[in-house]
This record gives sequence, C-alpha cells and structure tokens, in this order.
Amino acid sequence: MFHLMPYRDLPADFAERYKSAYIDPVWFDVADPQKVGQYYNWTLDEFIHAARLGIDGLCTNQHHQNVYGFMANPSLMGSVLARATNGQDVAIIQLGSTLPSTSPPTRIAEEYAMLDCISGGRLVAGFPTGLPTDATISNGVVPVEQRERYREALQLVLKAWQAKEIFAWNGRHYQLPMVNLWPRPIQQPHPPIWIPGSGSATTVEFVVDRDDCFCHLSYYGAQNAYSLGDYFWDTVTKRGRDPNPFRLGFLQLIGVSETDAQAKEYAEHVEYFFHKLLRTPPHYQAIPGYQDHASLVHAMKSPLRERFDLRDLRYKDFVERGFLIAGSPATVRDRLLDGVKRLRIGHLLALLHFGSMPHELCKKNIELFCREVLPSLQPLWDDEWEDRWWPQRLRGKRPVAAAAASPALPLPAFGAG
Amino acid sequence: MPMRKIKLWQGKVETEVAILGNGPPLVFLHGPWGLRNDREFLDRLAGSHTVYAPKHPGTSDQDSEAVHQIDDWLDLVAYCGELFDRFELGKTALVGHSFGGMVACEIAAAMPERVSRLVLIDPVGLWRDDLPVKNWMILSPAELRKALFAEPAGDVAEKFFSLPGEAAARIDAQAGLVWSQACTGKFVWPIPDKGLKKRIHRIAAPTLLIWGKQDGVIAPVYADEFARRIATSHVEMIEGAGHLPHLEQAERVARLMRDFLN
Repeated sequence: MFHLMPYRDLPADFAERYKSAYIDPVWFDVADPQKVGQYYNWTLDEFIHAARLGIDGLCTNQHHQNVYGFMANPSLMGSVLARATNGQDVAIIQLGSTLPSTSPPTRIAEEYAMLDCISGGRLVAGFPTGLPTDATISNGVVPVEQRERYREALQLVLKAWQAKEIFAWNGRHYQLPMVNLWPRPIQQPHPPIWIPGSGSATTVEFVVDRDDCFCHLSYYGAQNAYSLGDYFWDTVTKRGRDPNPFRLGFLQLIGVSETDAQAKEYAEHVEYFFHKLLRTPPHYQAIPGYQDHASLVHAMKSPLRERFDLRDLRYKDFVERGFLIAGSPATVRDRLLDGVKRLRIGHLLALLHFGSMPHELCKKNIELFCREVLPSLQPLWDDEWEDRWWPQRLRGKRPVAAAAASPALPLPAFGAG
Repeated sequence: MPMRKIKLWQGKVETEVAILGNGPPLVFLHGPWGLRNDREFLDRLAGSHTVYAPKHPGTSDQDSEAVHQIDDWLDLVAYCGELFDRFELGKTALVGHSFGGMVACEIAAAMPERVSRLVLIDPVGLWRDDLPVKNWMILSPAELRKALFAEPAGDVAEKFFSLPGEAAARIDAQAGLVWSQACTGKFVWPIPDKGLKKRIHRIAAPTLLIWGKQDGVIAPVYADEFARRIATSHVEMIEGAGHLPHLEQAERVARLMRDFLN
C-alpha cells in the first residue's frame, strides 16, 4: 500500500489561488498544524490497518514544500511502522529517502539500517532520484548535478553497508575520512533495492543495468502507461535480463466499494487529487539540467509519459480512462488483472488513499481491497517467477489477515478526535 | 557564423568558438540562453575587432557530457585562461552578458593582466536580500518573457523565442536552449552569489556597465552595486531594454561599446 500523506482539507478556491501544489502555497495561508498532526496519525493508522488485513508491504515516500504529500522524512514514518508491525510478515518499503538532497548520504544508509534492524530484516530500500522541485528548489541541489550526486551517493551507501573494513570515501561530491557504519542492515549484502521513476529513459536503463526493481510512479493508471511499460520490457530484453515481472512496480489509484454505483463515493476525492494536488507546472517540473541531454532529447522526440489536461476530466472520465480503478470488488479485480498482466507488473503499488479521502472511507477501501481483491492478485506470478526484490525472510510467505479473527479492529485514536 | 572546434582541458572539453571580424581581440561570453541569439550583435562588434565567442562548456554540439568536467569557479576561470592561451590573445577586451558577465568579472578579478577593457551587460554575480535576483530557470514562459524584455510581445522577443519549423531542427534548438541553462546554471544555482563580492575589487581594467532600464531579472539598481566595487567603471542605462539590451537596443549598445573600446 502506497500513501502520499496529502493535505486533505484544502480551501475550496485553492485551485484558483495557486497554479502549483508545490512551492507556491504559503503554509500560513493554507494549512492548520493541528489538522496536519491528525493527518500524519491517520496515515500511520491506515498503514497499520492494511498490515493487519494482510497487505504485503507499506510504502512511504519523501516530498517537500507542497500540499500533495509531505512526509518530509519518510524514515520517521517508516520507523513507527516497523515498530508497530513487528511480528507481522509485512515489508517496510521506503520509496524512499532522496539521496542527492541528503548530505552526507551515509545518513540514509544509517536510517535504513536502523529500519532493517528494528523491523527484523523486513526493509525494502527505495532510492528515488527525487523530483526536481524537491531536490533543486526545496533542497538547493544543482540541477545538472542531481543525477551524478545520486549515483555516487548510491555507491557510497552500498559500500558503507557491506565494507568489512573502515574505508575513506574520496568522491566528486562527498568526502568522508573514515566510514564504519553503525548499524548495518540485517539483510546482507543489502536489502532489496527499488528505484522509482516517472518516465526518464535514463533511469529505466540505469535500473535494468543494476538489476534492481523499477517502480513507475505514474498517476495516470496502467491503461495510460503502455509506452513506458513497453520501453521498460524492451530495455530488459535488449540488456539481456530475464522478463521476471517482479522487476517492475507500478502505482495505481484504487477505490473499492460494495457496488460499481457505490464507488461514486470516491468521485470528489479523485477530482480533488487530480485538480488540486497533482499540479506541478512545467517550469517547476522540468528544470533545466534535471534531465541529462540524452533524456531531454528523447523526451522531446518520443515522450514516455502521456500528457493530459487533467482539469477537464471528471470522476467518470478518470474511471473510464483508467486513471482510477474503482467499482465493486469484482470490477476492480478484473480491471487490475488486465493492467497487471498487460504491463507485467510484479509489484502493484496500491494508492488506497488519495486526495481528500476521509479516514473512515480509506479504512473501508483498505478492507475491501485486502479481503476481496488482493487474494486474486497475490499468486499471479508465483508459479513461474521468484520475487528476488523482496526481503528474504518474507519470500514465499503471505501475510495472514489478522482481521479474519477480529472483524472490529481496535485502532489507536488520535487525541480527543 | 564561422565556428572553430577546439579541444581543451586535457582533451576532455570540446568547445565551439565563433570567430569573426578583424582587428584587436575581443572575447564575448554569452548568457544563460546560449549563443544562438547573439549572432547579429556579434556582427556589429566584428567591424572593429576580431571577435571570439566560445560556447560555455557542455553546450557545444555532441559534447553535452563536458558539463561534468568543469565543476566550480576555480575550474571555470582556469579553463577560460587556457582558452585565451590557445588563441594567443595576450591582453584582450572582454565582454560578458548576464551569466557571461559574471564569468567575465571572475576572469578580470583573477587575471587582471589579461583584460584590457571590460564590458558588462546586465551581469549577475552580486546579491541583495531586498532585491533578489530572479531565478530565470524556474519561470513560466510568460514570466520569463516579462523578465527578459522591455517589450515582451515585441519583435525582438518574438524572434528570441521563435523555433525552426522543421522537427529535427526544432528539437535541436529547444533542447539547446534548455541545456544551455542547465550548463550555465551549474555555476549559479540556486543563488547567483558565489563570492564575487570578495574578489571584485581586483578588477583593474576600465569597465563599461550597460544595463537595461526595464531588466526584470536583475534590477537596474545592481548597476550601482557593481560600479561602486569596480573603481575604474562607469554606467550606461539603456531605455527600452530589459535583461538583453544588446538585442533590444542593439544599435545603441554597439555604439556605446565601440566608443568605449576604441
């Protein structure tokens, strides 16, 4: 389960007041810290709820200075989740801390190692390059250096996790005199590595070459990701890798209700998501230097990501065009299976909370998804392929739904609310 | 425009240099948007000088990775010194626009003996908290137009942003514009204040400061900030020009420069 931790209650005129969900909205004009405290707690509760209902993994992420999702340090969330789910076979997927904006990056190596230790070896280590707004505007990283900083930082983290002897790191961007990391991850040589991307050819090639899991964080649905999917599997073939579906993760917005008609309860929340939250103007998203020259030219010639004018679309369109898979459990199951098979998705990142969705509706979505949909998806590729990008101690196990035994889940309440 | 390709920096950077005209040498350093739009202006300078206009490292054709060979201001100034040596320029007139003006200042401060006369056209490099320099790399197209030009819908602005109709040439030009900002931005992101204020007093060459009165990137008040730090300088304000006075008021700027340089 993926969660963005967005601001759930923006003013009605937000989209008129701000052209961007990033950078521009001034905290004191928009936000209420009491509410935000509530959101963080709800988010954690929703994750824990999903874990109890048998979801395979809990997926946090890092973003800054925006209303669309602001787990500014995903390790803080991950550590709560690791502790709260001890004894359960659920992966802690940090998708994750952004290397180029953390200096020195051994800080992330340490945090991830702590998470792996706390969770008893259930960590999936995600290493995003970071959105340009996050890395270059919020964190001041030089755009044209973002990618090379990332690559150097990743090498440093991997070495810091594994080196048997103290070493000096003399890099272009980082210099450390004596590296001897405490703690190290339980999973050796290192936890499984997932690398998210949103349509950069260079990232796809990099991940395939490294033999890691690539997670396509499109918000436009499987139905609109065929060109990227084809490019990914084509790259896998060309670079001589096996077509193991677990190489690919894909994010999908999902809303499950009792019936197809009832799924309209997600309408205002998906519109809120696409109209208010998913707004990053090109001048914040395509900052010169964020893409290297080859990717820049590639994107201009044949974009791997489809472009849409989201403002014109409504709930009906989002469902019809596959941005959101919503409906009865049977409908959601069928449509998901279509997309998952077409793209060969081994790791489905289910965005079960989106936009202004209230806590109670999110919990229902999680319950229906975990009980009615998930069991049909889980064994899909198991006969043929091993998930090499999953924590060793969780491989081959399916989390047991605690809810089967206790239908009414006692969840921690936040404050007096 | 006649271009020469030279290899510098232990053979790791290939630089295209436009060379035109006759007479004593003049080096022109372009701004964040590359050399593409400066060509006509260079022709005006070529009447009295041999103009050398190098492309910033990483922006020459087929050499985009060179951006990763030159990392900081010490590298960049030393690289420029090597370029001057390659053309045996000795002591040369030096002209810089915007980002190129900042580079010109650093060269003139580090190697005052190499610069005979200095012309700075709306340079960046200094910073005032009460008048922040606009970050040109994160402006919307409409905001950028307004920041760059006194007449955002004028012919000069139209020409500046116009792209070739043919697909391959169009992508080439578009990518070139973005990549040029990426490569120059490496040295100024996120704030174009990299310590020039500590070194600027070393500039010894007679200096002409040219500033567009309607500059929306770096306010015209900055002309005084530069002028009071460069002892041998004077300022000419250009009416009817934004951040690119050498394009918007090309004739007037070229005349001022000719008078100053000759």
